[in-house]
Amino acid sequence: MRIFVCIKQVPDSAQIRVHPVTNTIMRQGVPTIINPYDLFGLEEALRLRDRFGGEVTVLSMGPPMASESLRKALGYGADRGLLLTDRFFAGSDTLATSYALSRLIEKAAEEQGMPHIVFCGKQTIDGDTAQVGPGIAQRLGLSQLTYVSAIDAVDPEQGTITVRRRADHGVQVLSSRLPAMITMLEGSNQIRRGTQNDVLRAARSDITQWNAAGVGIEDLSLCGLRGSPTVVKRVFAPSVRSEKATIVSSESGVSATASALIEAILERQPALETDLLEQASGY
Amino acid sequence: MSNTTRFDAIVVGAGPSGNAAAYTMARAGLNVLQIERGEYAGSKNVQGAILYADALEQMIPDFREEAPLERHIVEQRIWMMDDKGHTGMHHRSDDYNEERPNRYTIIRAQFDKWFNRQVRDAGATVLYETTVTDLLRDAQGRVIGVQTDREGDGYYADVVVLAEGVNALVGQRSGLRPELRAEDVALAVKEMHFLPQETIESRFNITGGEGVVIEAMGTITEGMVGTAFLYTNRESISIGIGCLVSDLSRVGKCSPYQLLDRFKAHPSIRSLLEGSEMKEYAAHLIPEGGYRAIPELAGDGWIAVGDAGHFVNAVHREGSNLAMTTGRLAAETIIDLHRQGQRCTRQALGAYRKRLENSFVMKDMKKYKDVPRMLEKQGSTIMDLYPRLMNGAAQTWFRVDGRDKKAKENAIVKAAWHARGLGLLGDAVKLARAWR
Ligand SMILES: Cc1cc2nc3c(=O)[nH]c(=O)nc-3n(C[C@H](O)[C@H](O)[C@H](O)COP(=O)(O)OP(=O)(O)OC[C@H]3O[C@@H](n4cnc5c(N)ncnc54)[C@H](O)[C@@H]3O)c2cc1C
Repeated sequence: MRIFVCIKQVPDSAQIRVHPVTNTIMRQGVPTIINPYDLFGLEEALRLRDRFGGEVTVLSMGPPMASESLRKALGYGADRGLLLTDRFFAGSDTLATSYALSRLIEKAAEEQGMPHIVFCGKQTIDGDTAQVGPGIAQRLGLSQLTYVSAIDAVDPEQGTITVRRRADHGVQVLSSRLPAMITMLEGSNQIRRGTQNDVLRAARSDITQWNAAGVGIEDLSLCGLRGSPTVVKRVFAPSVRSEKATIVSSESGVSATASALIEAILERQPALETDLLEQASGY
Repeated sequence: MSNTTRFDAIVVGAGPSGNAAAYTMARAGLNVLQIERGEYAGSKNVQGAILYADALEQMIPDFREEAPLERHIVEQRIWMMDDKGHTGMHHRSDDYNEERPNRYTIIRAQFDKWFNRQVRDAGATVLYETTVTDLLRDAQGRVIGVQTDREGDGYYADVVVLAEGVNALVGQRSGLRPELRAEDVALAVKEMHFLPQETIESRFNITGGEGVVIEAMGTITEGMVGTAFLYTNRESISIGIGCLVSDLSRVGKCSPYQLLDRFKAHPSIRSLLEGSEMKEYAAHLIPEGGYRAIPELAGDGWIAVGDAGHFVNAVHREGSNLAMTTGRLAAETIIDLHRQGQRCTRQALGAYRKRLENSFVMKDMKKYKDVPRMLEKQGSTIMDLYPRLMNGAAQTWFRVDGRDKKAKENAIVKAAWHARGLGLLGDAVKLARAWR
């Protein structure tokens, strides 16, 4: 199977500091990580490769230092890394990013063949939009499978896939045609530790870099700030929400407290009860 | 791209000593593998520190152009503290505003990462998030490689450089070095406090890239052997305190971070930190046993550098420079053998010891070899009594209260005599001896 995984290097939000005086975000010196949501896709990709054979290619658009994240992905076991980097991409919103990434995917497909699956992160921790994956799917004409919690079956020969998808009030089981773009739900798997060979190979590998012209982007007005219709109007700290936390307690022991807690939850979330029962019946 | 797992040398750890060793060997064209357990070099390292330029300059003469340096040090304060204040020495000179300053404050996480980048650029292969768990040996017991916590058959090399820091678990587990004695290690805790650059500069009377460091001892360690420090960075202050582990467990009444809290609240320190935001907290061991605690440094197929070789000069608070110098000297020893086509046997690696003896490293370690013992016995007198006497004497001297000066002098002498008697003489002799 040919599998592509899009990853993004993001600042480790757990370590971002706010300047005590100016109240602005201090990005300097903040370590970067692979967007955590992307790792669920990467692990799923590696599992599929282990089952069906083939190759996993990780792709990213970002500054030259994003190659560190691609190298790290190789250390988890991915086979090759491609970086699309160009100053013209600075300031890209989700529209411009999905455009640039789909060109990179097409470029890679010229050499390797069209991928069966493109995994994207459900969203990023520094943007939270959840739009890039669907944007890529739309541009490349891939089936779109978002919020996937498990892949039940794949048949690369027949070009079919069956997945479980988390929906608002339950779990959907969806069958679709390949090629598909999939975003995995967090917690659906856990990224593996690469082997000694994986990390050694990663440390010695070159990450292939392309610039805009290299992937055949001629119209630069579709890239970066110019290709980004999204305007950030204001950045602000969220105000306190109206929902209040309640403490549920009971004098008569742990299980009584638990029952009281569940009752209180279901009272406010009536749909949850049916959901849970439905899900339970699936096992 | 070759996929072989065989190297000329494997370096365990990417602190100052491991980076120096790997850098020097890679520059000389050796095929080097460096293995670091942290997410990146420096990620596991205690935050702020002083960098002594000379040791780095020996390897990277133009490091000042790129290395992440915080401030060059123009002022050194040494404080003897009692509960209410301090008496001490300040030394400051415009001479330190030289073109190639001699000492800098740095943030280790950033500095180590930069240094390690130079190692990679020099051609070494570096693995992260990989912990060396054991040494691999052949039938004769020669070290031939390392095993790690990742699945695989290990990595192999002619020589393994142990640059794993003070804990030296690999060395211990392999029986190459004894377990650390509580008397030979200090436990230090350290915090970073963020403050705007202008505030730091006005508070410490500095401008531009200038920096101030304070080293302090006295009642702040409750009679235990230890010191505290405060370093100015560009936009933050590193502050910390450490005590011998043996004292901490013997006295048992306070943990290092309680000591640090008290130090931060001390009237002499509090105002320097005011309004700062605390971020990042770290605890780390420092090998302080001195010359006598230096373990075996090399054997068949292995060599030890930096904190793993117990190279810290506690009196002058030098560690990273000894780490870099020992790393470089070990590397040079290995390079020589490599070029001569010789194996890295115990005997051949003996040349490392000779290089050390000829450098400032062993000379300084030897000079202070008796200090740890003296402190073990005289610790509380030196750490508690003398700072008190000194501050008491200073107050008697400076207060103007109608007493005549002769009476004041007598009072000072009497206080000292009362506290220590003839012991004063003995202490002076012991101190002089240990310092010789
Ligand atoms: C609070 C404090 C303040 C200090 N201040 C100063 C100062 O101002 N100036 C100064 O010169 N010195 C200072 N020192 C001493 C200095 O930090 C050390 O001497 C120096 O870091 C030693 O370098 P090293 O490379 O030998 O060890 P380390 O810096 O400890 O590096 C060891 C590296 O090896 C890695 N490692 C360990 N085990 C394994 C394993 N099994 N597998 C893979 N990797 C492993 C670790 O993650 C680490 O990165 C201070 C120490 C402390 C604790």
